Amino acid sequence: MTDINDKLETAAHPEKLRRVAIDPVSRVEGHGKVTLLLDEDDRVHQVRLHIVEFRGFEKFIQGRPYWEAPVMVQRLCGICPVSHHLAASKAMDMIVGATLTPTAEKIRRLMHYGQILQSHALHFFHLCSPDLLFGFDSEMSKRNIVGIAAAYPEIAKQGVLLRKFGQEVIRITAGKRIHGTGSIPGGVNKNVSIEERDYLLNDVEQIVAWSRESVGIAKQLFEQNLDLYNDFGRFDAHTLNLVRADGALDLYHGGLRARDMNGGTLFDHYDYSHYWDVIFEDVKPWSYMKFPFLRSLGPETGWYRVGPLTRVAQCDFIPSPLAEVQRKEFLAFNGGSAAGATLGFHWARMIEMLHAAEVIQDLLHDTDLQGNDLVSKGERQERGVGVIEAPRGTLIHHYKVDENDQIVRCNLIVSTTHNNQAMNEAIRQVARQYIDGRKLTEGLLNHIEVAIRAFDPCLSCATHALGKMPLEVELLDAGGARVDVLTRSSDGSFCSAS
Amino acid sequence: MNETFQLDGSAVPFEPGQTVMQAALAAGRYIPHLCYHPEFKPHGSCKLCTVKVNGRTVASCTMPAEGGLDVESEIEELNALRRSLVQMLFAEGNHFCPSCEKSGNCVLQALGYDLEVHATGFRHLYPDRPLDASHPDILLDFNRCILCELCVRASSEVDGKNVFALSGRGITKHLIVNAESGKLSDTNIALTDKAMQVCPVGVILPKRVGFSVSIGERRYDQRPISAQALDDAPRQTDASGNCAACEGTP
Repeated sequence: MTDINDKLETAAHPEKLRRVAIDPVSRVEGHGKVTLLLDEDDRVHQVRLHIVEFRGFEKFIQGRPYWEAPVMVQRLCGICPVSHHLAASKAMDMIVGATLTPTAEKIRRLMHYGQILQSHALHFFHLCSPDLLFGFDSEMSKRNIVGIAAAYPEIAKQGVLLRKFGQEVIRITAGKRIHGTGSIPGGVNKNVSIEERDYLLNDVEQIVAWSRESVGIAKQLFEQNLDLYNDFGRFDAHTLNLVRADGALDLYHGGLRARDMNGGTLFDHYDYSHYWDVIFEDVKPWSYMKFPFLRSLGPETGWYRVGPLTRVAQCDFIPSPLAEVQRKEFLAFNGGSAAGATLGFHWARMIEMLHAAEVIQDLLHDTDLQGNDLVSKGERQERGVGVIEAPRGTLIHHYKVDENDQIVRCNLIVSTTHNNQAMNEAIRQVARQYIDGRKLTEGLLNHIEVAIRAFDPCLSCATHALGKMPLEVELLDAGGARVDVLTRSSDGSFCSAS
Repeated sequence: MNETFQLDGSAVPFEPGQTVMQAALAAGRYIPHLCYHPEFKPHGSCKLCTVKVNGRTVASCTMPAEGGLDVESEIEELNALRRSLVQMLFAEGNHFCPSCEKSGNCVLQALGYDLEVHATGFRHLYPDRPLDASHPDILLDFNRCILCELCVRASSEVDGKNVFALSGRGITKHLIVNAESGKLSDTNIALTDKAMQVCPVGVILPKRVGFSVSIGERRYDQRPISAQALDDAPRQTDASGNCAACEGTP
């Protein structure tokens, strides 16, 4: 890990190297780019993922009433707004001193697992399956969900309908498929009616079955391309995730668990309301995004990996039978190699999707969903912290509220930020594996995006975008003059100026 | 009630003393409006209710009904002007519907949907209007004020308190409260005041209510504002002075 840092994060004489920029690695919520520094022999000396993560939410939420936060901050994202909606709500539960009623907690869980289901389906089927099923340097015009629909119509259909079901769960619990208002400080604003429950029950068995098949697709891809999937962008990392009190996978609530890259426990079941005692954020001059690290290990080596791969590998068990069987197979596969592979994210993601489907099925049979005791409150507090496992990883919301009910301070550490250094490590490995010493092509550059997509659908979403997102790669000489430029146009074609 | 006037080609009966707006609403005929409220004297300031009477444009909320008038309201020429007025109101303040707790219960938003306002159309002014959260139970978010003076009228005419007033002129005109400190906490406003119920937008809000009404249950989720007005007609107060169709009340 340190070796990679030394060799690829800081080049000794960057001014003498050629700079290649993948700019934009566009995405829904902002603008990102990858820069490569190459010498005259095309050897890679530096690779960086820059993400303009500055959204301003932490600033412009200041002064707003606290009950507005769960609705406002979810606008951070159009893919997983529910995660922000619920993390902020959990923080506001602390502000109003609430202990949730069983009905409120179960409806929020239903909403969250609906979110997990739809986001994981979107990520795997819509955004990543074109790379995985066609190949990383396959014909670009077909490398999208439309191409999948033509070549694998049943897979594409299942992906679309899995996501649709998740969105319907969200609509029924939050009021809208995207950016609803269902969760409020201290509870929820509606229950699930008998009619709404029955509507979801009609399809849930099929959804569980399709989710199970999806795990099979992810596993099969890994088996069929074992060397590629094992080694692509592989690196060792510390991990961070939430676990239930009994060590089970729990994506809605729990204590923080951190393990080092050898599996040693750094802390476990840690009360996240004081997360700042174990997690701190570093700043680097070349990225707007902060670099969180585990305090006990320090900023240089304390970075970590979050998300499905970490959660499935680090929990003690998954509390739903079908997903637990899959978790055991995942961990046992090839001596446990998938649990440390960057492309193992996809397999773990599908196991979580199956778990989400099972949780939704169980919750729909729980009569607490039809309860009317929706909101509670207790002694008002000044500070609130909400942590949740969003589709892409651990999400922290932290607010301070004054005596007039106005938010005076806000800190958000989103999944992408937790994974910042880990994503940098992944693309460095890919650069060394595939780009070092070779002539740059679109297919090779797509390898870097494949590594990013394993982590983060917000980046991958826009870079796929049905081939419509423009991508420009500039080759500059040591003096900064443009030597060549490769452009991906809106029709998906990729051409060189020279 | 034998006399009638013509509204968009069909007869509307009226009683002596009624305005064109009052008679139209009582007859179940909708004319878009914002600052008009059946419990208060007509104000004639927002101009949303502008109609053509015998070819001249007038505010229907202040125009006395007369026999034989030829009133035009539901015509594209007037709706285009109304659309522009709503657009200007959106551009003048800071109206962020996605995170506003009044969404779904907001008259300005409902009019925007009803008049098919798809874009602001004007450069946003982004005024700097800090909140007044000093009162323990009431929040004032001046960002959303459209200067309709319904709160001014309600506080003065019904509550007898004069908590609110408008100050300044032209583009600097703004809502103020009646306290030397300028803070709502130093006024004698109460949660039960009429002024708390009439704000058509999200300026005067009871604290800690927020998004407690789910999407689908809010006033304008059910039916557009034009249909709501028809449902609510005749818009008249009951014996205790309450208005069942009060626009600002969720």
